[in-house]
Amino acid sequence: MNPESMSIFSPQLAARFDALVQKYPVKRSALIPMLLYAQDEIGYLSDAVIAEVANRIGITELEVRNVATYYSMLRFKPAGKYNIQVCTNISCMLRGAYEVFERFQEELGIGEKGTTPDGVFSLEEVECIGACCWAPAIQINYEFHDELSPDHVPGILSGYRGKARAEGSH
Amino acid sequence: MPRLVSHPDEVKIISRRFGMGAEKIDRYVELGGYEAAKKCLAQGPEWIIAEMKTSGLRGRGGAGFPTGMKWSFVPKQSAKPKYVLVNGDESEPGTCKDHLIFLHDPHAVIEGTIIAGLAIGAKVGFIYLRGEYRYLIEIVEKAVADAYERGFLGKNIFGSDTEFEVITQTGAGAYEVGEESALMESLEGKRGVPRIKPPFPAVVGLYGGPTVINNAETIASVPHIIDMGGAAYCGVGSPRNGGTRLFGLSGHVERPGVYELPMGYNLKKMIYEVGGGVRGGRKLKAVVPGGSSTPVLLPEEIENLGMDFDQVGKAGSMLGSGGVVVIDDQTCIVEFALRTISFYQHESCGWCIPCREGTDWLKKSLTRFHAGFGAASDIDNIQYLAENMLGRTFCPLGDAAAMPTIGFVKKFRKEFEDHLNGKPCPFAKHGAPQLTVV
Repeated sequence: MNPESMSIFSPQLAARFDALVQKYPVKRSALIPMLLYAQDEIGYLSDAVIAEVANRIGITELEVRNVATYYSMLRFKPAGKYNIQVCTNISCMLRGAYEVFERFQEELGIGEKGTTPDGVFSLEEVECIGACCWAPAIQINYEFHDELSPDHVPGILSGYRGKARAEGSH
Repeated sequence: MPRLVSHPDEVKIISRRFGMGAEKIDRYVELGGYEAAKKCLAQGPEWIIAEMKTSGLRGRGGAGFPTGMKWSFVPKQSAKPKYVLVNGDESEPGTCKDHLIFLHDPHAVIEGTIIAGLAIGAKVGFIYLRGEYRYLIEIVEKAVADAYERGFLGKNIFGSDTEFEVITQTGAGAYEVGEESALMESLEGKRGVPRIKPPFPAVVGLYGGPTVINNAETIASVPHIIDMGGAAYCGVGSPRNGGTRLFGLSGHVERPGVYELPMGYNLKKMIYEVGGGVRGGRKLKAVVPGGSSTPVLLPEEIENLGMDFDQVGKAGSMLGSGGVVVIDDQTCIVEFALRTISFYQHESCGWCIPCREGTDWLKKSLTRFHAGFGAASDIDNIQYLAENMLGRTFCPLGDAAAMPTIGFVKKFRKEFEDHLNGKPCPFAKHGAPQLTVV
């Protein structure tokens, strides 16, 4: 396969990958960032993503899977457009993270690793995200929201629903 | 956006540019930035390492190894390229100091990396950030690009004939990658499993070349040490513990936040004066002094405890990453212990058996305890199991899981006993933590 003619990625991402494989002393060092950026664009690591990344780095698909399965941010199934990650580790737990997590479940009607039927939100409990002094904290995709209480949840959700609608109408 | 806090007792060295717009290169230079790197370029490696040794700086990742000594271990001559590696895979629960460094002062990390490179004779430095810190990676990448544009990085740094390149790298979610050899594996595009040691990274590290790997806070301290002089920096701290540290106060404290305090600062004062005491006027039950892997301390143990590597070590715990987690008297220690071990069980890379099986069985035992089905013999079994993990794993993750567990069981035995025979937990406000076992 010629990656240039057959790429499943956008031209911008393909260009980024071309730069990434040049960036490190060893090509394979580009693997983890490539998987993350591919997931950001495609939504998850599909078979096609894995095949093309393997091809671009020059390693086998098995080697890519072997690495990808190690890292908790990489996923093999689609998530919601906005993936809500609630940290419940100690500093967040002490300040009410489980109450925040439960409120998200109630508002969305989904549980751990669930996705809403419209595909807008998914929810997961995650380990420490490095926002302990501003606990409880969550990440929605890569965006941090900190010093939360359960009452912040509806407002946060309506904000992202609005964003999803605005993007959907274009 | 992480809130910045301040307290009159703070000695702002590493944090002195926080909130001042120093992520912009012009502002960083205006505030005296990159002068230390220029000075080091003129003075040469031996002077840099001597200055670092004088400063008494010890590794801020948690192990507390003297930085100057670490740098001096790198062989002068090497057939393979040498590397500087900055560990910004901050993942120890209770720790968020590097978050602020990358956000407010990314050039300090770049400048520290250049200086470390000059000290060991490396031409390339890597800055590795955890994948969750995407917005910070973007800030650091912009800072690196600006430094190249100014000629502070590249073939001829600061107009000299010295070359130094900085390359950024992202992780993708793995606590274990914070371990130095696992981080090198990850940077090479592999699973983050630890390497056997020796050889140590200073001899065989990244891509097989001699490598200095330092925590982001350690590296960010370096330009300040050069600016103020090693002796002056050392004088701020306590004996054998130079300088200041970014302490992260979290949990049940009135004013949580990251505070820069001299090494050796009293822990009780840190909680009650700097942090404003226990939230809601409650009583202190316990404190985790240096991130979740450090054994818990009781209120009577912190009375005269200075927060430096040696004093906390003598008190039976560790200074670790400086993440101080305050626990009030309404907290269930069994639940806290379970949440702690659940984390380590989830993050164990599975490479070696004492850690993989040990964390799993500790979690199972504590889950049963928490649910009210514990047996009296479980308390001793938990301790026995944890003690047998100590020192028997490739990397410190096994110890990191075992040490706090031993602490909880030893110091709160009565509370564990109170959970026996189907008695309801006197504190728990909700069910067992819902982390799925993978």
